[in-house]
Amino acid sequence: MPADASPFTTVIGLEVHVQLLTRTKLFCGCPTTFGAPANTQVCPVCLGLPGSLPVMNRRAFDLALRAALALDCTIAPFTKWDRKNYFYPDLPKGYQISQYDLPFSSDGSLEVVDPKGAFPPRRVGIIRVHLEEDAGKSMHDEAAGTADSRIDLNRAGTPLVEIVSQPDLRSPQEARAWLNELKLLLVYLGVSDCNMQEGSLRVDANVNLHVPRGDGSTAKTPIVEIKNMNSFRSVERALAYEAARQWEEWQRTGIEMGKAPKQTRGWDDAAGITRGQRHKEESSDYRYFPDPDLVPVTVAAEELAAIRAAMGEPPTRLRAALAEKWGIPAADAAVIVNQGRDVVAYYETVAGLVGEGKPAANWLQQDVLRTLNETGGTITDFPVGPAALADLIGRVGRGEFDTARGREIFAGLLTLGRAALPADVAAAVAALGITAVSDDELTDLVRGLLTANPKIVADVKGGKEQAAAGLIGQARKQNPNVNPGKVREVALTLIRAM
Amino acid sequence: MQPVELSSVEIVTAIRQGDVSAERVVTAFLDRIARLDGSINAFLVVDREGALAKAAEIDRRRKSGQPLGPLAGLPVAVKDVLCTADLPTTCASKMLAGFRPPYDADVVARLRRADAVIVGKTNMDEFAMGGSNENSAFGPVHNPWDLDRAPGGSSGGSAAAVAADMAPATLGSDTGGSIRQPAGLCGITGLKPTYGRVSRRGLIAFASSLDQVGPMCRSAADCGLLMETIAGHDPGDATSLDTAVPPYTQLLDQPLAGLRIGRVAAHFAAGLDTEVARGVEEAFAVFKAAGATIHDVELPHARYGVPTYYLVAPCEAASNLARYDGAHYGHRCGPASGGKSAGDGATAFDSPLVEMYCHSRAEGFGPEVKRRIMLGTYALSAGYYDAYYAKALRVRHLIRQDYLDAFATVDVIGGPVSATPAFRLGEKTGDPLAMYLVDMYTVSTNLAGIAGISFPCGFTRSGLPVGFQLQGPALSEPLLLRAADRFQHLTEWHRRRPAGCSV
Ligand SMILES: [Zn+2]
Repeated sequence: MPADASPFTTVIGLEVHVQLLTRTKLFCGCPTTFGAPANTQVCPVCLGLPGSLPVMNRRAFDLALRAALALDCTIAPFTKWDRKNYFYPDLPKGYQISQYDLPFSSDGSLEVVDPKGAFPPRRVGIIRVHLEEDAGKSMHDEAAGTADSRIDLNRAGTPLVEIVSQPDLRSPQEARAWLNELKLLLVYLGVSDCNMQEGSLRVDANVNLHVPRGDGSTAKTPIVEIKNMNSFRSVERALAYEAARQWEEWQRTGIEMGKAPKQTRGWDDAAGITRGQRHKEESSDYRYFPDPDLVPVTVAAEELAAIRAAMGEPPTRLRAALAEKWGIPAADAAVIVNQGRDVVAYYETVAGLVGEGKPAANWLQQDVLRTLNETGGTITDFPVGPAALADLIGRVGRGEFDTARGREIFAGLLTLGRAALPADVAAAVAALGITAVSDDELTDLVRGLLTANPKIVADVKGGKEQAAAGLIGQARKQNPNVNPGKVREVALTLIRAM
Repeated sequence: MQPVELSSVEIVTAIRQGDVSAERVVTAFLDRIARLDGSINAFLVVDREGALAKAAEIDRRRKSGQPLGPLAGLPVAVKDVLCTADLPTTCASKMLAGFRPPYDADVVARLRRADAVIVGKTNMDEFAMGGSNENSAFGPVHNPWDLDRAPGGSSGGSAAAVAADMAPATLGSDTGGSIRQPAGLCGITGLKPTYGRVSRRGLIAFASSLDQVGPMCRSAADCGLLMETIAGHDPGDATSLDTAVPPYTQLLDQPLAGLRIGRVAAHFAAGLDTEVARGVEEAFAVFKAAGATIHDVELPHARYGVPTYYLVAPCEAASNLARYDGAHYGHRCGPASGGKSAGDGATAFDSPLVEMYCHSRAEGFGPEVKRRIMLGTYALSAGYYDAYYAKALRVRHLIRQDYLDAFATVDVIGGPVSATPAFRLGEKTGDPLAMYLVDMYTVSTNLAGIAGISFPCGFTRSGLPVGFQLQGPALSEPLLLRAADRFQHLTEWHRRRPAGCSV
């Protein structure tokens, strides 16, 4: 029985479709821009008009290679295109150009590590990554008051990679974390924007339960494929629901894998349940055969080397590099890298200006990222630029302001930045009415306090230096701009000289 | 001489030199179409207005000294399997009746750039499936040599148009013999180029790995002239060959001495018409007299050519023709359009969509197209793929290897194009298997992806043309055209005209 004392193990494999970031479609020159008016990004090829012929977009193939290399896949030296035949109105040729028995890559893996250790590091095998063209979109137009469906073929022919994982994931939480890691990797490498709302990342999940029996053997429940999940959160919820549903069904029926056909269930996000879909999909015979309009693709070792060289650093390597370079804990590096390339760049600029990694990491996580979480937006349009933040961190570090004051100034910077005013520390300090307290002023102030607090003076003289802290609150009451550290320092100096 | 009696080479020369106007040439052919095609049915569309306008433009440009393309003023008819942006393109199918593509096929664009005058679209077997032109949804073509006989197919309209002097040159397409067989049965010259030599972009696909566009003309020299325009690399066709196009017409005039011609004994087995056999043997004798040598060669797997072809081609066709589903263009008959039952036996449908698919396809396609879609769908189905399609691919490889072996010892292989001269209309329509066998001498060329040419080598006692076929290795078009051209310098068969169509 697993350590968490669950009576079963949830076994999950994912199938992820990712739209590649190409300007043009996989087999024609049409643009792939999202959101254009229906059927405006089409040509005879992606409309499947008679006599039209596909020609492969090598840039799409190279991007797919980049993804497969980043997933540690073996790249086939020779790959081909196959036709997947089925009738549907959003598939104008009556077949989808895909890859069947010779995918361009296979046998890779991607590890996910939870920075907080919520689950053990999990290396998930990749069975295959292949390239295919997307279909169009069917829309049922209720508003028109007819039963007609409308077809938008703008998406038809857009390049997709399909990534099929091994059933190596063991919980809905792991599945979600792994998807986040996959998305991060693909976004880092510029392979895809992985925008689920725009459909550039789609996930299907296969899940069943392994139930240990008394005799040491394992019973397996029938595999269910879940579709229609439109966020990683939905994936996690759907898997959790499905595991519970299968457990309940298993206890009730005891039906094992192989005794019932593989089932497809759709996730209803609003209702929070999965629903059985028609079994018809399963019995489809796609009559795959090699597409005679296209020639096989060969991949030379030099091409692979060139793509590898131009690939940039994947998140795993970047996390280690960041921790090492700036001397920050691995968990900090993970949080920063997981935010994406722009946050890493922001962090590195701040840390470079400050000349020290840890305070920059702290401010980034506790102030910048928290603000972004609360208010939304991206680091590239964050109101506080790296130079201003670095200046602030530097001054706090040098004791010009204490941390509390620093936070107030940070808030001031935000206000200025949001108002599109110059957001530098001096301006924020001025706006907050903070004026520097001169050494003479401070000395006079502390002297007055010492006269009024003979007990503190006596305590310090008696060796209890911490008693000086009692002066700080009083000092700030008289002048909110005084630096507490300095108050303490001046007080001790004056007492020693008494 | 009347313009309609001139060869393509003569026509472009005469127009360029100002001996005759393009308008006069084009008018002569258009008039002849108007006079004869009612009984031949070679044309699905005749573009009289467009052709005359283009001819007038060419004459104007010539008079003002502007440059003219290499085919300036040459009337060319194009098989209706090729997309033309200004004319309907139907593949002789009810499915595409009235369909007008938004673009020109690559070969059509090349013809236009060369200043050829496209006079019309020629009749064919529906979606190029057939060997008699009887599968056209718009009526069969009649062989100009005997109007009761088939012209062969599927490029029957293109062949008959040339044979009856309705066009000096036409384009056809050849998937298993569709240029060479009708050329043979109609007494004209037709070239099936090497796979990839001519772009397939805009050629409506029947079987993509076999289809190839080629010229159908009065002579090998004319075919060479057309090839100089239509051949060449097209980046829009991934299977197009990126190799230079030879100046075919300049390479013709070389002696045949030393040419090694292979002769396959199996070609002369039972089933070959005796008059065809005699014509073919006489052609070998002509080549021999011209200095060629004849050698026995074997193509051991050639006898599997027809069954292999009838697996590979229908599998590709079933997939290629899936797009004609009534959803986006072409014939639609469904619940939404209040369509009547198509008599397809289907009663219960999963959805109105499936009902629309079934009715549209049942009505839009003719019986032979449906037969091949069913053959291909069956052969690609789970559990049958290995036994049929995969095995056919292995045999195809062996057939290709046979040719490579043979071409190690000979330059070209000669023989019959068709086992019989033109057969009667209706003679084979009730027996699809007999019809499939008309391709027996031609399908292997396509399976091997090599080149083949067909030209007349005699006539039967009843006056029907007999064709001779030469097959050569990949990119051997210059050699095939030269051999045929030399043959045509030594014989007069290609100059004969059907009596019923005299000028
Ligand atoms: Zn397109």
